[in-house]
Amino acid sequence: MTRYIIRRLIGVVVIMWLVSVITFTIFFMVPKALGSNPAVLFAGRTPSAEVLADVTKRLGLDQPLIVQYGKFAKGIVVGRDFNNGPSTAHCPAPCLGYSFKNNQPVWQLIVSDLPVTLSIAVGAAVLWLVFGVSIGVLSALRKGSIFDRAAMGVALAGVSLPIYFTGLLALSYVSYQWNILPNVHYVGITQNPIQWARNLLLVWICLSFLFAALYARLTRASMLETMSEDYVRTARAKGLPERTVIRRHALRSSLTPIVTIFGLDLGALLGGAILTEVTFGFHGIGKLSLDAIGNQDLPIVLGVTLFAAFFIVMANLIVDLLYAVIDPRVTF
Amino acid sequence: MFRRSSAGAGSKAATSADGSGAGTGATAGATTLVSAPSVTPVELHSVPPRSFLEVRDLTIHFPTDDGVVKSVDGISFSLERGRSLGIVGESGSGKSVTSLGIMGLHNRKKTRTSGEIWLDGEELVSASPEHVRKLRGKKMAMIFQDPLSALHPYYTVGSQIIEAYRIHNNVSKKVARARAIEMLDRVKIPNAAKCIDDYPHQFSGGMRQRVMIAMSLSCNPSLLIADEPTTALDVTVQAQILELMRELQREFNSAIVIITHDLGVVAEVADDILVMYAGKGVENGSVEDVFYRPEHPYTWGLLSSVTRLDRVRADRLLPIAGTPPSLINVPSGCAFHPRCAYCSLNGDRSTTEVPLMRETDPGHSVACHLPRDTRRRIWTEEVRPKL
Repeated sequence: MTRYIIRRLIGVVVIMWLVSVITFTIFFMVPKALGSNPAVLFAGRTPSAEVLADVTKRLGLDQPLIVQYGKFAKGIVVGRDFNNGPSTAHCPAPCLGYSFKNNQPVWQLIVSDLPVTLSIAVGAAVLWLVFGVSIGVLSALRKGSIFDRAAMGVALAGVSLPIYFTGLLALSYVSYQWNILPNVHYVGITQNPIQWARNLLLVWICLSFLFAALYARLTRASMLETMSEDYVRTARAKGLPERTVIRRHALRSSLTPIVTIFGLDLGALLGGAILTEVTFGFHGIGKLSLDAIGNQDLPIVLGVTLFAAFFIVMANLIVDLLYAVIDPRVTF
Repeated sequence: MFRRSSAGAGSKAATSADGSGAGTGATAGATTLVSAPSVTPVELHSVPPRSFLEVRDLTIHFPTDDGVVKSVDGISFSLERGRSLGIVGESGSGKSVTSLGIMGLHNRKKTRTSGEIWLDGEELVSASPEHVRKLRGKKMAMIFQDPLSALHPYYTVGSQIIEAYRIHNNVSKKVARARAIEMLDRVKIPNAAKCIDDYPHQFSGGMRQRVMIAMSLSCNPSLLIADEPTTALDVTVQAQILELMRELQREFNSAIVIITHDLGVVAEVADDILVMYAGKGVENGSVEDVFYRPEHPYTWGLLSSVTRLDRVRADRLLPIAGTPPSLINVPSGCAFHPRCAYCSLNGDRSTTEVPLMRETDPGHSVACHLPRDTRRRIWTEEVRPKL
């Protein structure tokens, strides 16, 4: 097992390296292919000639691509200095780039926006897990009943309606017209936990509605399959009460695919829920990357890409390891 | 209508014997019921059971969108403690449905059950599901065909046995664990104290089936139902498992119902045999009666279809012509008539009238319209020489 983990961790490093190479190459090759100056992308929107020259010098854009990548890679590990002679901008490790537009290392920007994304993701995750799974289980147990049909109908709506639809609807009615949860803006958890939760409640509900629907359907299908397994019949044949049969025998097996998907969904969400953050006006990593794209601030886009990729790759690894913990038949 | 096991306690069989002893095919004596193959109504409910397990006119129907599936349509049999009953039949004959019905494992909402199941003086069909649940595992236990899928893959073998034990006995985990090790020893699993913490997938097929047996016997049930316990196992392992079951039966004095389609298994283990076809019992008797003096064309077919190396090659496989009938559209009259070579000897009767189980010898009953003498003649002259 340890050997497997080590192998996988090496794999993580390899994948991250590959992602960085590909992303880096795209961002540098594309402008060259288009015939424009790559410095433009790094300098931000409509830069002047002096800024362009400054950026070119600092980033060493006149140097060969390999050297540029080398510096970039080195920057991630030990930090980097953007030197144009008179002034030096220091970018400590991990240096995912330097945003000249904001005059800050990208990592700083990510870290400052991370709490927002984290709050949104984790809160919604808890909600959707609890509601999605319980509704899915109940639907499976009452298959064909009115509850089941209604729940699956609502779930279909949840899966089909985009977050900017439900979110805007929720904001407009709940927040503005009915004034139930007004003033939806981010408050740090350390500042005021209650306010933090109150302001995020609407976001959590809307975001989890989407995922809960998915999880309800998934849990229902998984549960139905498990309930018809032989070992459930054996459990009943032993004389176990139905509650115990469902809880200890059926539920445990049916949750395996759920755990897998949950890990992946959460991992992806930590890279920034762009649509959600924009809809509700929260400045998280998603908003950060959206703004960067709009402003053509390449370093941020590059940095966020790597950041998100890391989470997804790690989530994959954790989920695979969890599988071995849950199912004793799985060995590495 | 229901047979009494003969060799047991020496009490008289109270079944209604074949009315017309001469058996000329005439309907003299016995009243003919054209439709429902039920026991004479006065026998239900008023007569207390005489055997440890007594099933009377058990009917289990499944209403579906395509029609009502008549899986079990009027089955009656009885069994004493310390004896084994083998239920034999093709796939779809209703054997497993019967056993699940006895255990109360059918979904009440999707099943229509009628008739009576008497277990040690208690009637189960009319009992509350909660009451039957308490008996499951304790008074009656079941082992299933495929032990790999019948055991939960995520829990150790020990925890599953402990669970089975603790649900019916209020003991500490330590005591239950000791009991589990004891049971694993009893079923001859080597190194039981260590194997108890292993998972089902770590055992071989035969070992897993032993684990299932250990689990089902942990509460000393008086009735054990084995649903094709050896079908998924190698032949050599099969013999061991059957031997184990016989030993444990002697030790616990349990009644065993063994369901199988394999006549070899039945010959090994059973004291009595019930042959089922299309949800009904067609022949019921001791092992000797059914193997040496069978009187139903279906039983003849079953015995003939056992492959024999000592036959001429062309005759080695003698299947019963035709296919098992649909349980939604069961053939009228005798369900076997489309496949019976002797159906025409009864004229129209086999196609219109359902034959009832009637005693032909003490402890041996058959559901067939052919007169007794005709049956015996056919057996002696036509069927047996070919076996």
